[in-house]
Order: sequence, then structure tokens, then C-alpha cells
Amino acid sequence: MRDPEKSSELEETAPPGLPSFQEIRRILEERVEGLRLEFIPNPAAPDQSSFCVPTEFALETARILRDDPRFALDFCSNVTGVDWLDQTVEETILHRETTDEGERTIKEIVRRRRPGFLEAVYHLYSMRARRGPLVIRQRTANRIDRVRVASLTPIWRSAEFQEREVYDLFGVRFEGHPDLRRILMWDEFKDYPMRKDYVEPDDYEYEPTPQGEAAAKARRHYPYGGAR
Amino acid sequence: MSGLGNNASGTPGEEKGASSMLGLGILKGLGVTLRNFLGSYRDPERLITVEYPEERLPLPEQSRAFPMLIYDGEDPIGGLRCVACKICEKECPSQCIYIVKDRDARGRPMKRPKIFDLDISTCMGCGICAEVCPFDSIKMDAAYERSAESRFERLLLRKEDLAKPNAYYHKIHPTEAAEADARLGIASPEPEAPPEGAPEKAA
Amino acid sequence: MSRQTEGQQFASALGMGNASPEGPRGDSPVLPPPAGPLYEAKPKPGSARAAEGETLEVAVGPHHPSTHGVFRMDVVLDGERIISLKPRFGYLHRNHEKLCEGGTYLMAIPYTDRLDYFCSLTNNWAYVLAVEKLAGVEAPERAEYLRVITAELTRLLNHSCLVGFLLQDMGAMGTPLMYAFREREKLVDLFEELTGARMMCNYMRFGGCRTDASAGWLERTRRVVDDFPRFLDEFEDLLTSNEILLARTQGVGKLSAELAINAGVTGPMLRASGVAYDIRKAAPYGIYERFAFRVPVGEHGDVYDRYMIRMLEMRESVRILKQALKEIPEGPVLNPKARRRNFRPPVGEAYGRLEAPKGELGFYLISDGSPRPYRFRIRAPSFINLTILEDMCLGHTLQDAVIILGSVDIVMGEVDR
Repeated sequence: MRDPEKSSELEETAPPGLPSFQEIRRILEERVEGLRLEFIPNPAAPDQSSFCVPTEFALETARILRDDPRFALDFCSNVTGVDWLDQTVEETILHRETTDEGERTIKEIVRRRRPGFLEAVYHLYSMRARRGPLVIRQRTANRIDRVRVASLTPIWRSAEFQEREVYDLFGVRFEGHPDLRRILMWDEFKDYPMRKDYVEPDDYEYEPTPQGEAAAKARRHYPYGGAR
Repeated sequence: MSGLGNNASGTPGEEKGASSMLGLGILKGLGVTLRNFLGSYRDPERLITVEYPEERLPLPEQSRAFPMLIYDGEDPIGGLRCVACKICEKECPSQCIYIVKDRDARGRPMKRPKIFDLDISTCMGCGICAEVCPFDSIKMDAAYERSAESRFERLLLRKEDLAKPNAYYHKIHPTEAAEADARLGIASPEPEAPPEGAPEKAA
Repeated sequence: MSRQTEGQQFASALGMGNASPEGPRGDSPVLPPPAGPLYEAKPKPGSARAAEGETLEVAVGPHHPSTHGVFRMDVVLDGERIISLKPRFGYLHRNHEKLCEGGTYLMAIPYTDRLDYFCSLTNNWAYVLAVEKLAGVEAPERAEYLRVITAELTRLLNHSCLVGFLLQDMGAMGTPLMYAFREREKLVDLFEELTGARMMCNYMRFGGCRTDASAGWLERTRRVVDDFPRFLDEFEDLLTSNEILLARTQGVGKLSAELAINAGVTGPMLRASGVAYDIRKAAPYGIYERFAFRVPVGEHGDVYDRYMIRMLEMRESVRILKQALKEIPEGPVLNPKARRRNFRPPVGEAYGRLEAPKGELGFYLISDGSPRPYRFRIRAPSFINLTILEDMCLGHTLQDAVIILGSVDIVMGEVDR
């Protein structure tokens, strides 16, 4: 997946109605000082590839995406979280070497351990110009204590409830959100249920027909045979 | 767009101008209910309800409720088409099927289920088990009256409860059953008197 | 509600005069800058307590007949006027997304029926659309037609019931709702005949539909569709010019086009506010490009417009249905290349969306190459349409809040997921 050649090839594709990803990167990096976008290729649906925006530039970038007539992405359709656990990724690195016969590239495959992180994904459309989606993402530093990203609710109001949901279910904290509370779980709930390593509480209730795993639980909870 | 009329456009002020007299719209609406009321004496089409327990609407052929197991021949258990391949158990979204393969005296697996349980307290009647079954064994029953006298009664269906003869299958889903018979290469059973437990249908 | 082209409607809704969204010479589209600043988050008006006099806090729901399920509004009243309204939900939360991440791609289809239990067929389609985008599967022609037919029947069902419920909220006990349910009965009978179930249809599959429609079914559907305008005329005779309905709905719960766009409001709500944005037109999916239909647009963005938009949309749905039922070709309904068991889409992600009766329904899937989705996200329209409930209700009385909520058209199965 992380093949740089393939990645740059995919960067030449364009989201529907918008300039190519390369062009979008150029425009944004020109307008926001210090911004470096990371291109996330999506081999399954190349026109839905995305950019990872560093948190500190997210609000400014979002404002440009909404107000610049080249984008005019006035409609933030979908906001969601993704939980990525620690994993080993394979990366291909290209070396360029100049030898007597000319230039050649050498591929080297490097394995490295990637620490886990949480991600907030935004799908942006333009209602006025009927374009999109452009997908942007923000990533947290880790999954434990550095879980802050910038809230884009000041730019798109539609993110208000959806960011609350991401906070509720994934535990991503959105800086600058006007009302960051739990939304689907109750206020006293402690854990974040959509995380991949969430352990469900041991609250088995009597059921008349337990089988398989449920039967093992039932024996543990009702050693004398249940509530009947 | 005939329904748009004058009413959809403009401000409330214009609205009142459109209908010449306040209250005319209400009278018009009351006319509709009166037409429906009087019409129901004249036109049986307007009577849309049936007196349920005494009178039942016929079920369409596709109609599905909970799964059942089809058997051929006379013996409900020996004639089961099920070979305990466990595909339905794996594909069931609510994990309500529980199968244990039967073994012979020497411990070798046999092509029939020792246990085939279906927990209808979690079954949602989606029909995926019937869809993925390669042996045309598990099919959707159409019997929808499943009330019991106590809360936990009849929630777990054993293979004895699930076994239904092929003739019954022909009775509730004739087209589908004929296709299944053609696939399996067996003769379709003669149409006969409905077996016990079949839903009663009014003509 | 004059009939302009969509572009004009849209432009005038945004205060852009007659500017065309395309560039003057058809080169790269040049957009005029937005007329003013779009929405900025600021403290909500009314969030502060009334300076003098007593305020009254009322918890409407979770078991209140007007809240369409287990939904609570924490309302603060100053006299009779609402000065703060906080929607509270989650009572029906079952973590649908996690449930679907635990199963295969096929297993998720019957669960999608249970999101918006009035519109199981559009839910099915939205999910299948996302999977098809992810895996690059295509559905045969006849299946595409069947999808359009079932989706538009679903829209008729949803809108007629919604109008019935809205009138119920307004105090018209029974009659309109019973008339709507009389029609609904005909539609669910069609669904039962086609899919085997009246509400939980579980009908669509990646690369087509589960069962084929018989000639008899198509004929009966034609009859129901041909009869439907008669019901709409009757319904409009009953309601549209009714003075009580006008008094209760006109000017109530206004929503501006700018706020609606910025808050991600979609569906009839958005169009009632004057924005001609319908995904069937804006980004056609399936075979919607082939059908001639119009997108009704409101002017005031009040409850009356939302009611009217739904009545008009039903007439447009009837138009689509008539065309689809005329043109439907013979052929298979399932792509033989699409697998059901051991279905493994390639690594990647896809967002598929469509115009469900309640708004934009989207599914966002991430595949890691295994038979189970790594991430399964539902963009539920009625959940996001609730974002601006407070903005619409401020300054109105509690009985107005009830019909404003009714006009949003929520189903808690979808809001809470």
C-alpha cells in the first residue's frame, strides 16, 4: 500500500469536480504558511483519497477549503473517527543511484512499527458547485493521552453533533468545540466503546437459551441454573 | 403539479385571499372524511381492515418468518436434508443457530446434525441462512403465530421442532420448492391435505 | 413556489442573483464569493438565562407521545417562549457500527434494515452502494431498475406517513394518519410480496437484488402507483387549504438556506429552505440520470414548506416510478461475479451516499482486506438534521416545538444507531 511510485501516481487523480490532489496540495500549502499535507492514497477508490492535515493548521485549512471559490466546500457531510492500533507497516523506499549506465532506482522494503493513533475523517462536498467529496483527516499523536485535534465546528456547524459522537465513542478531544459532551452514551460512562481494544463489561443477563460463548458466561453467572 | 394550486405559494395573507371564506378549507377537509365514511357503506374497497383472528389475509408466496428444516420421506429426523456443514451457523448475523455434527460409533463425523438448535429469541428472520445453504435444507417458514403460555417457553427450537416435510414447503412456497426439487433431482410430492402446524389461510 | 431552474433557485437562495454556478464561458467554474460570512459558532441566543422573571425547565420525553420514539428535549421556557432546547438521545443506542464491524459484509445488510425502519430498502441500497464502490462491483440493469422502483416506493411510504404523523402532532387525531397508513398498507404489501417481509426487507445484495420481481408484481405495482395521485389529491383536499394547518405551520420553525447548508441539513428539510440540492440530481447514483423529474424547492423554510415539499416530492416519485415501470428490462438481477460468502473487498475505503427519504444517507467503509469491515460508519440524516433543532425552536412555544420536531422527520433507530 505504501508504495511511493503508486502513491504519486494516485496523487495525479482528482476528486470529482475538483483539481487534482497535487494541485490541491499546491494551493493549500501556498496559502497556509508552514503547512505540509500528507497524501493518503486510497487504492480502492482513488478519487476518494485523502489528505492528512496537521492539527495546528486544520482550522485555517478548513476555512480556505470552505471560502476559496476554487473549492467552495460549503457542506461537511460526514465526520467520523477511526481507531488504528499499533501495527507493523511495510514501506518501500526508493533510492536513486547514478552509475556508469545512468540513473537507476533501487527499491528497499523497510518494516517499522507504527504506533497507534486515532483519526478524525471529514467528507467535504460543495452544495453550490456540486463537487466532492474531498476527504481530509486529522490524527492524534497517540491513543492514550495525546488525543487532541482541532474542532472544525466553527467552520461547519454540521460537525457539531458528529464531533461529539466521535468524542463519545472514540475519545478524541476536539479543541474549540462549543459543547463537547457525550451524546449517545450516558454522561457517567467511562470507556470509549468504538475503540478496537474496548472490552465489554461483564453484565450478562439471564437468557433462556444460551449457547456457545453465552453458555460459558451463563454457567459463570448462574451456577444454579438461572432465574426461572 | 396540479396539487400545487394557489396554496403552496405566497404568504399567509395571500392564502386567505385564495379561499374566499375563512373556514372553507376545513369544510373541504370534512367533505373528504364524509365521503370516506359514507363510501365505506357502499364500496367494499374502502373497508380496508379484516377481523384478524376470525379472518386472515392470505400470505404472499415470498413471505418469511422463522427458518425450518426440510426433510424428504416420512422420517422427520432421518430424512433431514441437513448435512451439518455449519455454513448457516457461520453466516447467521445474529448467531442464533447452534449445530453439533453427529458422529458414528467409531467417532467419525457423519453427514447429519446431532444437535440443530435455533434460538428464536435472537433470530430476526432475515433469511440469510436459507440463502447460503447449498443443500436446500434450511428454508424460511411462514408461520407467524408463535405465542406461548409463559415467557421462556418455546424460544429454543430443536431439530424436531424445525423439521418440516417437503410437502409443507411446497404448500407455502410452491415456486421456490419446485426449483429446489429440480436442483436436487427429486420428485415433487403430490399435493395433499395440509400437514399439522401449517398456517390456516382464508381464501 | 415558482418553478425556476435549479441553478437559479440555488443562486437566489444564496443571494447570488442570477449568477450561474458554471463559469461564463464554460471553462473552470468560477464562483462568486459567498455573500456574507457563512455560519460562525457563537454563543447561542437564549443560552443565557432570562434576566428577570422565572424560567421553567421542562423535560419533554423520553416517553412523550410527540417525540417519535425515545427522545428527550430539555427545554427552558421563559413564559411560553423557548429560550433553550437541548436534544438528548441515545436511549436506543446499540452501537450498530461496532456490531457491523464484528460481522462479514453480508451480515450487515439485515442490520441496515433496522436503522430507519420505515425505509429499509433505501438503507439497504446506501450500504450496498458503498460496498460496490469499494469493491468495484456492478449491478445488472434490471436490478438497478428494481432498486429505483423500491426506493421510490419507500419514499412514497415515508413521506405519506410523515405527513400523517405531523398532523397527529398538530392535534389532528387519527384521520390523516389513518389515511396515510391505508396507503402504506398497499406499499408494504408490495414489499412483502417482493422481498418476503413488510418492513425488514433485507433485499439488496452487492451486485444486484436478492430476488426477481414477477410480472404480476410489476403489474400490481403499476396499479398502486397509478392510484397514488388520487390519494394525494384527497390528502391535499383534506389538508393543504385547512386554515388550522396554515395557522399552525406558516412562519413556524424557519430555517435559512445559509444555516441549513452549513449545518449539513439534507433532504426535504434543506429543499424547503430553498436549496435545490438533491443527490439524485447533484451526483446521480444508480440510473437516476435516465429519469425526468423535478426537484421541488421551498421559499420560506418553515414547517408548511416542509410539509408541502413532501407532498410535491411524492408526485415526482410517482413520475419516476411510472417511467421506471415502463422501461424495466428483462434480465438477471444478480451479478454472478459478486460473492456473498467470503466476500473480501480490496484494501481501501469508500464513502457511498444517496438521497434517502429523510436526507443524505451515507455509509463509510474501510476495508483491510479481510471479510469484515475495519470501519463501518453510518451517516444518518435524521441525526444530523437534529443539529439545528434548537435554532429553529428558539422563540417559539412548546407546542410549536412539537411540530418543528415532527417536520424534521426523525426515526430514533437511525438517530441513536
